[in-house]
Amino acid sequence: MVTNITNFGRSGLSDWLIQRFSAVILALYTLFIVAYLLLNPGLDYATWSGLFAQTWMRIFSLLAFVSIAAHAWIGLWTVTTDYLKPTGIRLAVQSAIILAIFVFLVWGIQILWGA
Amino acid sequence: MADGRALPQNHRPLGLCPKHRAGQESVYRAVNSKRPVNLDISTIKLPLPALTSITHRITGIILFIGLIFAFWALDKSLSSPAGFYAVQDALANSLLAKLVAWGLLSALAFHFVAGIKHLLMDLNIGVTLESGVRKAQITVVVSAVLVILAGVWVW
Repeated sequence: MVTNITNFGRSGLSDWLIQRFSAVILALYTLFIVAYLLLNPGLDYATWSGLFAQTWMRIFSLLAFVSIAAHAWIGLWTVTTDYLKPTGIRLAVQSAIILAIFVFLVWGIQILWGA
Repeated sequence: MADGRALPQNHRPLGLCPKHRAGQESVYRAVNSKRPVNLDISTIKLPLPALTSITHRITGIILFIGLIFAFWALDKSLSSPAGFYAVQDALANSLLAKLVAWGLLSALAFHFVAGIKHLLMDLNIGVTLESGVRKAQITVVVSAVLVILAGVWVW
């Protein structure tokens, strides 16, 4: 058996489950945001920033951002291991992806709690 | 098994449903076959489920890159009233912003629908060859409708 050292959960089954769980979270978040924007056509700043000032919305959003991080890593890890065969190139691309995911996560936290 | 051979002890079939046993046996035989394998993808006619699978991957990559625009818009819109109206103005008047928004919504729509298909197949719904093709067709049609609706929404 090949031991994975770059995938998210170190086991295919764990990755599989996390990918499904994060997918459901992201599907719910997508439906919520799209429905909210469709139901509030004349949206103004006070209403919009008021939504993101709610604790439950910040929890829901952070959950979605963490889900994006896990989901994107498992998905892009799968794609890069499938198509990038030279180890050096694959590790370089995967490192860049991890860095980008980290930046997005910190950026997301700052959007929710910063300023 | 049909030919009397037993599967190795460590090869546990994924499902317990008897009607899927035949399919698993054929997969097992294909994986362990000694026949030559053609790996030149340009000479293989890809069936619709293969095309939707690849599109699922491509839209996933597009969405990851598109996070830059989504996070930028969210950041800007929550930073101040001026930032909020700058994002609103861009989405209302800038052709480039509209194209980016439509492109990302379209990628999201396809990725969403194809993902629901995945979750259904995980629940053992529609895992035969015929229903696989049928669900790929439904994925294309439903996401095409959503792509058009996204365009209507943006414009």
